[in-house]
Amino acid sequence: MNQTNTLTGKAAVLEGLAEHPAVKAVLAWNPQALTDATFDRGELTLTIAAGEIRAAAAAMQAAGYNFFEDMTAVDWFPSSPRFQLSYHLLSHAFKEHIRLRALVEEATPSIESITPVWPSANYYEREVFDLFGIRFEGHPNLRRILLPDEWEGHPLRKDYPVEGYR
Amino acid sequence: MTDTIGTPILQAPAAEGAGDQHMVLNMGPQHPATHGVLRLVLEIDGEIIVRLYPEIGYLHTGIEKTCEAKFYQQVVPLTDRVNYLDPLSNNLCYCLAVEKLLGLEIPERAQWLRVLLAELSRLNSHLIWLGTHAMDIGALTVFLYTFREREEILRLFEALAGQRMMTSYIRIGGLSMEPPLGFLDRVQAFINTFPEKIDEYSNLLTGNPIFRNRLKGVGYLSAADAIALGVTGPPLRASGVDFDMRRDMPYSGYEKFQFHVPTSTDGDCWARYEVRLIEMRESVKIIQQALDGMPEGPVKADAPKIVLPDREKMKTQMEALIHHFKIVTEGFPVPAGEVYQGIEAGHGQTGYYVVSDGTAKPYRVHMRYPSFATLQALETMCKGRMLADVVAVIGSIDIVLGEIDR
Repeated sequence: MNQTNTLTGKAAVLEGLAEHPAVKAVLAWNPQALTDATFDRGELTLTIAAGEIRAAAAAMQAAGYNFFEDMTAVDWFPSSPRFQLSYHLLSHAFKEHIRLRALVEEATPSIESITPVWPSANYYEREVFDLFGIRFEGHPNLRRILLPDEWEGHPLRKDYPVEGYR
Repeated sequence: MTDTIGTPILQAPAAEGAGDQHMVLNMGPQHPATHGVLRLVLEIDGEIIVRLYPEIGYLHTGIEKTCEAKFYQQVVPLTDRVNYLDPLSNNLCYCLAVEKLLGLEIPERAQWLRVLLAELSRLNSHLIWLGTHAMDIGALTVFLYTFREREEILRLFEALAGQRMMTSYIRIGGLSMEPPLGFLDRVQAFINTFPEKIDEYSNLLTGNPIFRNRLKGVGYLSAADAIALGVTGPPLRASGVDFDMRRDMPYSGYEKFQFHVPTSTDGDCWARYEVRLIEMRESVKIIQQALDGMPEGPVKADAPKIVLPDREKMKTQMEALIHHFKIVTEGFPVPAGEVYQGIEAGHGQTGYYVVSDGTAKPYRVHMRYPSFATLQALETMCKGRMLADVVAVIGSIDIVLGEIDR
């Protein structure tokens, strides 16, 4: 696989990386749930419909991406949908990362929790809940993790001032 | 978002009817064995751990938010402060991520020096772990021995960067400057004697019956649990998963080095001790290879709009002065995109996720630090064990609260 190639769009990635284990897995699982895909700077990003993220995580886990490495959110304020969730999965066997991406609307920022698939996502989802205010449905203990319980606001949102409220 | 306020951290006792016998105990946040400000809420039945809940965030400084307000090059000093025991690995991981965004080629000498420094930094981290871990168990002597060698490493860092801990020596595009004259000889002198020092620690601890009994069979973590709970680095390898980013997904030229990745299938505190001890010996081998094969050449990439010019050039060349002024006052734009770069730091897999919107400031910097995930495995390791074992287990997973709270 050429690391410098850039493939943009679902069709280009499905064609250019037809042999990639993650692409094969997503096609076998549910091609409709894949809304977009990018291969850029040697990294594969699969955008999954927000409602399907837990099933996608389970499909990737079954396909050999056995390790949940990292998860966070990006606030694209003021564009819509506002929040992007990035999940970084690692395969110990293929020795590579993939990124799952899901977009969440501002009005009711909420998405399925993937903690039932990877218990290690527990703290990461709590962190995103704490700092971005995105709720994770089905999380076993969704409470603030880094900030005090009574903190107001979500500091990593772009409309939260860097120096805080005084 | 207020529905958790006032609800107890530990809900109703796990076992029905056991409510009266179980006690809830706070360990920390000010406790010498928690390696920083970590608070553990323990539910205990006599001295047996029933449940354990780590309460974190006491050191939270919002460093990820701060990054969004800085130029790309200004984030480097912030990364030092996240894991203050392994500063050069943090620098390295962040710089690799930004260089990936920029598509920047790093000169070979800079890559080799980065490997050498990352390994020295790993030794620094492991020495602190060994000293404090042994001290928690009651073997105070080893602490004085390991800090003697750590002091030598810090002196090397000081010679290199002018700073003992917050080095900021690895920069976007290479290194901040050529190492001082005689630096590599000093490193050579250090690693000539270091393997004997590891023997010394090993002589003090490996045969010590107290140390052995406190660690053997304590804090067991199976390979499946380690993967499910996101454990990385030495604890993962001590549970029998043979994975090391340096070997399996090499970065910064690690593919040119030969080293052995130690693993163990025991999964207990003792296995983690043994794995780290061998890792120190392997780091010495890597440093030796780096010293032997150190290529000549520049330590900064040829990218005048990104890398600060040499002082000498700045004083004599108009263009260099302009570039310097531009970089310092306006930063440099980074092409839009998102990258994730993982490396094997002393405590486990560190990762930086950097999102660029095409301006000179990062749109989002997320730091994946190993201790944050490893802490989730603490309950699994301690459940059903005695209260005193918690101290041994915390020592064996080698957490740094700075990188947990960020």
